[in-house]
Amino acid sequence: MGVEQGGSSPLGPGGAPSLKGPGKHLLKPYLGTWRIILPGTPGVLPSVCLTLPPHQEVSSDGAPGAYPSKNKRTHLPTVWELESGAGVGRSFRGERKGGPWTFEERPGVKVVSAGKHCVLCGIVNKSEVYKDVLSEFVPLYQDFENFYTRNLYMRIRDSWNRPICSVPGAKFDILERVSYDYNWTFKYTGRIVNDVINMGSYNYLGFAENSGVCADAAAEITLKYGVGVCSTRREIGNLDKHEELEKLAAKFLGVDAAMAFGMGFATNSMNIPALVGKGCLILSDELNHASLVLGARLSGATIRVFKHNNMQSLEKLLKDAIVHGQPRTHRPWKKILILVEGIYSMEGSIVHLPDIVSLKKKYKAYLYLDEAHSIGALGPTGRGVVEYFGLDPRDVDIMMGTFTKSFGAAGGYIGGTKELVDYLRTHSHSAVYATSMSPPVVEQIIASMKCIMGEDGTTLGQERVQQLAENTRYFRRKLQEMGFIIYGNDDSPVVPMMLYMPAKIGAFGREMLKRNIGVVVVGFPATPIIESRARFCVSAAHTKEMLDTALNVINEVGDLLQLKYSRHRLVPLLDRPFDETTYEENED
Amino acid sequence: MVQIFRFMPNTRTNVFCACATSDAMTLAPADAGQQQDGVRATVGVSGDGASLLRGILILWIIRLLFSKTYKLQDSSDLTEKEIEEIIEEWQPEPLVPRMSKEKPAPSYNIVSGPPCHKITVNGKQCINFASFNFLGLLDNDRVKNQALQSLRKYGVGTCGPRGFYGTFDVHLELEDRLAKFMRTEEAIIYSYGFATIASAIPAYSKRGDIVFVDEAACFSIQKGLQASRSHIKYFRHNDMEDLERILKQQELEDQKNPRKARVTRRFIVVEGLYMNTGAICPLPELVKLKYKYKVRIFLEESLSFGVLGQHGRGVTEHFGVNIDDIDLISANMENSLASVGGFCCGRSFVIDHQVFALLAQKAISDYVLIVILSQGYCFSASLPPMLASAAIEALNIMEEDQGLKVVGESISPAFHLQLEQSSGSRESDVRILNRIVEYCMDRKIALTQAHYLEKEEKFLPPPSIRVVVTVEQTEEELEMAANLIKEAAQNILQ
Repeated sequence: MGVEQGGSSPLGPGGAPSLKGPGKHLLKPYLGTWRIILPGTPGVLPSVCLTLPPHQEVSSDGAPGAYPSKNKRTHLPTVWELESGAGVGRSFRGERKGGPWTFEERPGVKVVSAGKHCVLCGIVNKSEVYKDVLSEFVPLYQDFENFYTRNLYMRIRDSWNRPICSVPGAKFDILERVSYDYNWTFKYTGRIVNDVINMGSYNYLGFAENSGVCADAAAEITLKYGVGVCSTRREIGNLDKHEELEKLAAKFLGVDAAMAFGMGFATNSMNIPALVGKGCLILSDELNHASLVLGARLSGATIRVFKHNNMQSLEKLLKDAIVHGQPRTHRPWKKILILVEGIYSMEGSIVHLPDIVSLKKKYKAYLYLDEAHSIGALGPTGRGVVEYFGLDPRDVDIMMGTFTKSFGAAGGYIGGTKELVDYLRTHSHSAVYATSMSPPVVEQIIASMKCIMGEDGTTLGQERVQQLAENTRYFRRKLQEMGFIIYGNDDSPVVPMMLYMPAKIGAFGREMLKRNIGVVVVGFPATPIIESRARFCVSAAHTKEMLDTALNVINEVGDLLQLKYSRHRLVPLLDRPFDETTYEENED
Repeated sequence: MVQIFRFMPNTRTNVFCACATSDAMTLAPADAGQQQDGVRATVGVSGDGASLLRGILILWIIRLLFSKTYKLQDSSDLTEKEIEEIIEEWQPEPLVPRMSKEKPAPSYNIVSGPPCHKITVNGKQCINFASFNFLGLLDNDRVKNQALQSLRKYGVGTCGPRGFYGTFDVHLELEDRLAKFMRTEEAIIYSYGFATIASAIPAYSKRGDIVFVDEAACFSIQKGLQASRSHIKYFRHNDMEDLERILKQQELEDQKNPRKARVTRRFIVVEGLYMNTGAICPLPELVKLKYKYKVRIFLEESLSFGVLGQHGRGVTEHFGVNIDDIDLISANMENSLASVGGFCCGRSFVIDHQVFALLAQKAISDYVLIVILSQGYCFSASLPPMLASAAIEALNIMEEDQGLKVVGESISPAFHLQLEQSSGSRESDVRILNRIVEYCMDRKIALTQAHYLEKEEKFLPPPSIRVVVTVEQTEEELEMAANLIKEAAQNILQ
């Protein structure tokens, strides 16, 4: 039995203290916000109703997990959805492929309505939830700072940090949890949701395994070395295993030398400051990962941002930088460093490396390529975006990447010339101050890297790389055929699917999990607030059956939540030049 | 009139002329009946036309008022050819400075086999006086087996950050255990020890806030401060009077500007046991100052955790300070616990903020590049579960086995040996110390110099040899090491 709070406008901040709906539902002001309380819903995920604005229909008549049941119309059109009759705005997110490109417009009204939702949520909640115990102290947080946390994030918080209790392989087991206080705290029921298809982990080549060659090798090293090191590389924590890994990584990448670090994030944030400093210029893609941004900021260099993957924007910045020099003094820049990623984790787009390399050569800039997502996942033999475009690794000055994703381990590396690596060995913050990598983790990387290179005498690694490429193309094509808006390149195993509205983040994540598919949903601040999305990561470990199951479920939930925004059904646009107007508009 | 305008120089004066002319025109309609009206004859329009003209004139005047009186010369525009030449001429510095032939890059010591009590450095078997393996848990079979079991269940990597299926049940268990062990409400773990305090500080302290820091603060604290962009005020190492002086100074400033003071957060950042000096911070005095001047305390306990206090809870237990008086404690699990990663603990309210500090901050500010906050937590892959399991087991051992205590009671188990008298330059000091280290290394005692990035440190500590005492070293070994170091110093310094 559903209840609709149509005209009573519970969103009004000054409404009556307690509104009783015509049914069992009670609308109570909770911490200054109107929230729906479902009486007598034992053990269900009560947090489910959090995504619903109060005037939406809620079905609560049933057994645990009844909302929203499939055969019921649980999703009444809301104000913003009714408006979404036609798309107005156009935003090109065109992605150049190795060959053709596709691009898809963003339905304009969705954008407006998504924004409206955020504003509405914000107005309603004026309460001060946090009260600092130390009231005499200056509060740790300004009232305003909790705006987003309280009003958007807390409503859909259950879509993140879901704890798992198995290998993050093609399928995993999730600990079931519930919240009785609107996601402020979670309780674990003790039940485990088994065999959830994992579309969320960055397990591109399927090396997240607890058995097999890699795990065996890591186990052996655990017994021999233990797990810690208790010292830094520079002092007395430089193990023979680290040296072995670095030699192998250099060979794998096709560079002179490489250095490994304990954490992928820190590889960026702690090495960029060693390479550039005051008087240098960093040209950074606007969608670069937080670690690159942090590293750039810590370096003290001037940072300029170019439009995502836009070569015209980059060239203009390069030209201006060289012609005008540093601001005010007009001294020439000492160095110019271009920061790009191989595959952008939130867009699924592949960097236009050939263009960047030719620009870099023309303007004598240096290129820092972060292959966190592309190493292992792109190229005929898994050597990353450089191989994908058939380029020479020596054209890239700094080859950076992580071991977290394709290799199923942890940490990061930097590869390049011998001089570069020697310099880093003495000047990297990480080598001097941070504890070295754990030996079993190192061994996992060595074993999986050898497998990809075929040095273990099998073709298993090669098969995985091919399987991933096939899976990626299949999965992307199917999603596009179903009418979803998918960002990124056809060969990119990172598949972002647009949801647009923040309210749909929670709904999509929950509906998918209910159907035993684990997906990642992303919203602000990782994306613009009106471009919420779901992100699938295709793995070589996924079988065709798993992908089909996942696709069917996505199709079903897509219909339920009205996510099939695409109006272009697979329109490949041949050789469309870069959109001149977009570029001009955005120039600052 | 049009002609008049045309001939007028384009200056401010013509505005007044125009005004005057316009006044004359306003009279025109009053004399509308007269055929030979001068103005109308000049302009040659009817009554309606005149008001139209007046309108145009007024617009014209407005335009004149706001227009520039002269045109900027575009002399700075470069021709295509010039631009090409500049680009051609520009030569960047090399990406990394060329290494000079006389000073080759120092190579690392290579440790073959496990880096535990008996360590093989560059092929020489030594007793380890250099790693921070205080409790000897690195080589512990229980820890290894637990890690192995975890490996067999979860594999090695997590393949995701905490938010995206990178949270494992063992992470939650470890957080729970750490919070219980430290007797705080909550703890969160990071996947990298260095990143722990470096991302915790900027999560709380923002632009405009004030941080009071000890001069001897370790490098990761310095990085955290740099990332926070707060005002940083250094006080002399462990000098509470100096700190109070700065706090008083700040109080006076606050009285001048109470409005600003109301929103300026203040923090003291100290280490329990200083990595760079081996000294313990005077925590009870710090807590007094905290309540007197309303400043929060962040305590970095990487070295003191597992070492100080009866149960190894660190410097709070050592001094008997109530842990609730400390706002945030951060430590890494890479020393006493002999695993990898770090953790922060404190009251729930403080901790939770770290988790979504990023979200909150981004929502209110439009600084596109302001970021950081607790990025080490949000955006990086989570700690491999086997390392978390190892840490849990290490905690178990610490809780069970009270006999596990570092020799030397309250004295720091990591201490620095410096030259009493500098030989003149830092470089030669380093060389002398290096010879001492090598001398000892040849005689089965593994030591290390404390290494710093000399250009990056705010207050560069003098060169020193850092000696680490652990539970595994026997009395004999300690004596042997002490004698050897004495001997080395005598031989080399004379």
